[in-house]
Amino acid sequence: MVWKKHDYEDIPGTYVFDGKTAHDSYNINKMLFTFNTEECRDEFESDPVAYCDKFGVTGDFKECVVQKDFLRMLRLGCNIYFMAKMAIPRGTSVQDAGAAFQGITTEEFQQKLQDRAEGLIEKLEKAGGYWNG
Amino acid sequence: MAKIIGGLTCSHIPAVGNAIANNLQQEPYWKRFFDGYEPAKEWLKNAKPDVVIVVYNDHGLNFFLDKVPTFALGCADIYHNADEGWGLKPQAPFTGDAELSWHIAESLVEQEFDICTCQEMLVDHGFVNPLRALYGSLETWPVKTIPLAVNVVQHPLPTAARCLKLGRALGKAIESYPEDTRVVIFGTGGMSHQLQGERAGLINVDFDIECMEKIATDPEWFTQFSNTEIMEMTGTEGIETIMWLVMRGAVQEKAKVIHKHYHAPISNTGAGLMVLENQY
Repeated sequence: MVWKKHDYEDIPGTYVFDGKTAHDSYNINKMLFTFNTEECRDEFESDPVAYCDKFGVTGDFKECVVQKDFLRMLRLGCNIYFMAKMAIPRGTSVQDAGAAFQGITTEEFQQKLQDRAEGLIEKLEKAGGYWNG
Repeated sequence: MAKIIGGLTCSHIPAVGNAIANNLQQEPYWKRFFDGYEPAKEWLKNAKPDVVIVVYNDHGLNFFLDKVPTFALGCADIYHNADEGWGLKPQAPFTGDAELSWHIAESLVEQEFDICTCQEMLVDHGFVNPLRALYGSLETWPVKTIPLAVNVVQHPLPTAARCLKLGRALGKAIESYPEDTRVVIFGTGGMSHQLQGERAGLINVDFDIECMEKIATDPEWFTQFSNTEIMEMTGTEGIETIMWLVMRGAVQEKAKVIHKHYHAPISNTGAGLMVLENQY
């Protein structure tokens, strides 16, 4: 029994959410899925450890949930969209998480995004036919 | 007979919904993005669709990872929005068109697209935000809607080629519906972005622009790439752009480009809006 290797595993700095990841992080994602409901969020908040136990969230997964260590949760294989259900109401945005991955501040991360779009208008003019106000 | 008036591509970024909710459209960060929606809104108003089919992906509201359909079609009279975990007020419910949905489902299965049919389907920001951006946040929606969800969250995902073929089958399905129903299709999501990993924050403006050109004029171009290649160039979440091909396949090969708008960054992404109109 082996997990099949994929060429996307070689993309640097990238964790593709696939069958293996989804399999290994099933319980924690299932717990995070319940956070769509306010009562579940409240139940978790009142006793995080008990809530983890209820969903079979153990070991490293449990530790990082209880510590609200969102970066580690992602590194362990939590799905970004399910993790966001826990992180966003606690003031950690997806951009904060992206910045943390690179060890930079959110402001620096946002600046990098802006830098990626440098020369945008010129590029659109060159391509032609784009709306530009 | 039902008629496809055209299709459009657009983003479904959560921040867009927040900007609308907080009335930030004319703030410097948002102005160019939202102003570029005006011509598309105008086109949509004149197109007067009876039904909008929204091709999007669920982000863990309706589908948990226990069951992940590759393609899923709403076949209900009504679709509800709900709390995605962020405690936001849900949007007003959306009226469906169950008869058209089931006709599409039958036709797709006949054409060997064995689609998952959903008689209850919660619709998340992926479905809701394009409608809000193009119609405004309304208490009563002026159009019926049908959700068509594509799995772009848990690999294996469908290929770009498969999405284009689904679109072509969807076009045939709609055009064989005997009612005089006017249909517009939204292909949502994308463009380049990556939310996690050390490569988070990737935006590839050059690829996005080329992609918009090719989706308009030569959508087969996109099918040369494997999903790994698309993720390499546009990020793990940039792969959402394959959903545009479902819309593209459903409209005419020679559909006319009415409007093109691109802006970056919006939140973490390159945001592309394009209106394609069928020529009769």
